[in-house]
Amino acid sequence: MEPILAPESIDLIALAPVIVLSVFAMMVLIVDLFGGRNKTLLVFISLVGLLMTAISAFAKNPIPAYSFNDSYIVDHLSLFFICIFTISSALAILLSVEYNEREGIRAGEYYALILFCTVGMILLASSTDMIMIFLGIEIVSICLYVLAGIRRGNLASNEAALKYFLLGAFATGFLLYGMTLVYGSTGSTNLFEIADFVKNPEAQSNPLLLMGLVLLIIGFGFKVASVPFHMWAPDVYQGAPTPVTAFMAVGPKAAAFAAFFRVFAEAFPEMAPSWEVLLSSIAVLSMFFGNLGAIMQTNIKRMLAFSSISHAGYILMAVIAKNSLGASSLLFYMLAYAFTTFGIFGIVILLGRKGEENLEIENYSGLAYKHPIIALSMTVFLLSLAGLPPFAGFIAKFYIFSAAVQEGLITLVIIAVLNSAISFYYYLKVVVFMYMKEPEAEFRISLTPLTLFVVFVGVIATVSLGIFPGSIIALASH
Amino acid sequence: MFLTFITFLPLAGALFLVFMPKESVAAIKQTALAVAVADFLLSLLLWTNFDNTTHKMQFELNVPWIEAWGINYHIGLDGISLLLYVMTTFLTMICVLASWDINKHMREYMIAMLTLSTGMLGVFISLDLFMFYVFWEFQLVPMYLIVGVWGGPRRIYASIKFFLFTAVGSLLMLVAILWIYFYIQETTGVATADILYITEHLDAPLGTQKWLWMAFFLAFAIKVPMFPFHTWLPDAHVEAPTAGSVILAGVLLKMGTYGFLRFNLPFFPQASYEFVPMVAWLAIIGIIYGALVAMVQEDLKKLVAYSSVSHLGFVMLGIFALNPYGIQGALIQNINHGISTGALFLLVGVVYDRRHTRLISEFGGLAKIMPKYTICFMIAALSSIGLPGMNGFVGEFLVLLGIFQVNGLWAACATSGVILAACYILWMFQRVMFLELKNPKNADLKDMNTREMLTVVPLLILIFWIGLYPKPFMDTFDASVTHLVSKVSPDNFRPKKEHHDNDHNDKHNDKQNEKHGEHARLITPTEMASLNHRLQMPALTKE
Repeated sequence: MEPILAPESIDLIALAPVIVLSVFAMMVLIVDLFGGRNKTLLVFISLVGLLMTAISAFAKNPIPAYSFNDSYIVDHLSLFFICIFTISSALAILLSVEYNEREGIRAGEYYALILFCTVGMILLASSTDMIMIFLGIEIVSICLYVLAGIRRGNLASNEAALKYFLLGAFATGFLLYGMTLVYGSTGSTNLFEIADFVKNPEAQSNPLLLMGLVLLIIGFGFKVASVPFHMWAPDVYQGAPTPVTAFMAVGPKAAAFAAFFRVFAEAFPEMAPSWEVLLSSIAVLSMFFGNLGAIMQTNIKRMLAFSSISHAGYILMAVIAKNSLGASSLLFYMLAYAFTTFGIFGIVILLGRKGEENLEIENYSGLAYKHPIIALSMTVFLLSLAGLPPFAGFIAKFYIFSAAVQEGLITLVIIAVLNSAISFYYYLKVVVFMYMKEPEAEFRISLTPLTLFVVFVGVIATVSLGIFPGSIIALASH
Repeated sequence: MFLTFITFLPLAGALFLVFMPKESVAAIKQTALAVAVADFLLSLLLWTNFDNTTHKMQFELNVPWIEAWGINYHIGLDGISLLLYVMTTFLTMICVLASWDINKHMREYMIAMLTLSTGMLGVFISLDLFMFYVFWEFQLVPMYLIVGVWGGPRRIYASIKFFLFTAVGSLLMLVAILWIYFYIQETTGVATADILYITEHLDAPLGTQKWLWMAFFLAFAIKVPMFPFHTWLPDAHVEAPTAGSVILAGVLLKMGTYGFLRFNLPFFPQASYEFVPMVAWLAIIGIIYGALVAMVQEDLKKLVAYSSVSHLGFVMLGIFALNPYGIQGALIQNINHGISTGALFLLVGVVYDRRHTRLISEFGGLAKIMPKYTICFMIAALSSIGLPGMNGFVGEFLVLLGIFQVNGLWAACATSGVILAACYILWMFQRVMFLELKNPKNADLKDMNTREMLTVVPLLILIFWIGLYPKPFMDTFDASVTHLVSKVSPDNFRPKKEHHDNDHNDKHNDKQNEKHGEHARLITPTEMASLNHRLQMPALTKE
């Protein structure tokens, strides 16, 4: 029999991570049919799948390599992002195991959804074509809508899913409309071709194209939860199961930023003067609203939601800087943010019990003297998010700020550092409760091993990325 | 390597304490003390091996840290940082001893104290801007915890205020650091944050220099603290535990003045010169305002805290006199303030431990029942006023001498601060120690015990040592100050017209013309000679 040959433009080896992960995700679905109530096997398969994905990502050599008529790319940016995605999905799965058991979430498709979502993230980070970006965003979003509402019996979870779905669908509409306008005015959906087209100064002033850009910004703005398109974030973060919240705050957001960066830094760098102001104001608004909003919160998940809005503001600076330093700082920031965020949500999970999640910041009173190591880990994560040395968050912020300073965006950087100062207040507030107040009630923390492991990984990574960032920076700055 | 070892020894000690059971309080205290003492003794070795004759960095170590950015782990000590370094280890030792009776969470307290020590030592040895910033921010956290956990009733408010004030200032400095990094990269092609390299090669236009200068100024002025950025200080001091106050006054504030000498002056000499009047007036306002506010305080600790604002004004004035006397005076006054204010805080802590109040009106007549205490307090108080024969006099005299050469009016205003200091200190002393023993609660107060004497007496010895024979201290920074002054002396920037008024100008007329149009020039041989001549004669320093 003759072998079936793929058309030449399709390079399946370049696509290996997507294929591998999809196969494993389907395997999880099938095994779940026969597995009964024990989900351990599913977790195992998922983790192996993620590991294989990460390995298969490096199968394509040399890079950059293209596939599907230049709409899919394997380059340093996408490889690094695939590593971030697999790490964050693995951590999310590890966090989920004990949480799901405690909260009685028995759905086996939970793990499959996380894997499919990761497939979408990989597509997003590797696509150089608007169509592919849309595909990626839809895969990611649909998985997340389901994941947010996976606690079917829980009202908050349902509300979160519905809100997320409605606003997400709305945002997708904007995005799609923006893409069509861009296609209509440039004649292509391919980012490189668009970049070539807009080199022509006359094309740049086309109102349709400008309108398309604005709509794209709105669409992406929704996906990364930046102000004024952030309204869904606090409710969804609060209502979704905690491991899903952590997952949403890291993976899909990183993927959206990857696409955001590709579109604006690779397709439209020539038109920077038209979108720079708009993006800068979105960044500034995100920082201010995120930080000021976080100060008011008494619920730790909501506080982290607002804090992630403000972080979206900082990360947007990397997009605005649009230089190579911007790209590598984006990578480093997302990696540092991933470890820190999973660590912090791991602790949030540890403090909860069935039916009583202990999500108020007050619940942390006096933690330092009952569980000093956990409180210390929490402090490390909070200080890292605040951007204090010697933790990963500081290096990440330093990186992004330096990318912006190199582009001469001094005013933006000054606003960003002042916002960092505001953020100290609410991050320290948790430290105040942990160290400076007396415990109100007995802590009944169930120190479950997998969650503890995630926290431990988080601490080690946050500290070592902060003190010895050299090798990762060298990798990121390729 | 030796310097690295001494710097990180306290951190290692803190890590060791983590693994000790928290019930064995005595063992924890002894371990912490042993680490602190060892660290102090080792740092004395640095002093004895220090070469006084050069301004160059010593005990240097330079290894790559983040190679992709050209950032190095570059450390070293020179005359400006050596004494501050030794004082840090010294005060850490005293503070561990002074914290013997902390009544809660002893293990965590000692961990914070030792970590803080490493953070502070790191600030003084960093020769890379990035590394400096890391240590500068890092030491905030343990200090924040010390104030916030072991402090007084309003500790949470005070600790957050302390943290936010300092953080805002230093974040703007971060932007300036980034800017310098890229500017250096652009102009010299080297990606580096090395302080020595930048000092050598940074040559920004005056307008830019001014902006950068202000960013650094804000960070350091908040730390010093200069008027009007001082409001966090009284709160932090009043709420901090005794040892926290000692460290705060003795070392943390010095990081601000150190910053001016290490960054503002050598990086932006011309901008520094332009800003002299502003800094001088802020310093003078600080001196007088601090003294006047201190005078009306009812709380002993607050009084000492405001006296710090006043004393640090002298230090700033000395630095911005931009001449050898002023800077030497500022450096020695830095040390003096750490010693005498540290001693005062310790002594206030002694009565606070006994009476749990610091209100002046609660006391009176203590001299009759606590003679040892009264003598110690008197020595520290007189040193704070600047009585001749004690350390305060040497520093203040040099500062005033330096500033007088610049502007007589400033010197006159600053001198009034000395008089006001005598007013508030002596008045307070009178109300606490003399008068009649009216308050029955004070009747059976015990005098200082051996441990308390042990914490205070070394400081009192230093007070007399520096007061009577400051040479060993002054010698350490002579070369560094001369070098610094040669770089920042206002003579480098004065418009050429002024030189015509100088008496020795005739001989150098030709040379002056040649140099016309140059902004920064090297010091001329004649000026060098007169400088040397002046340096020969500080009657106080060289006997």
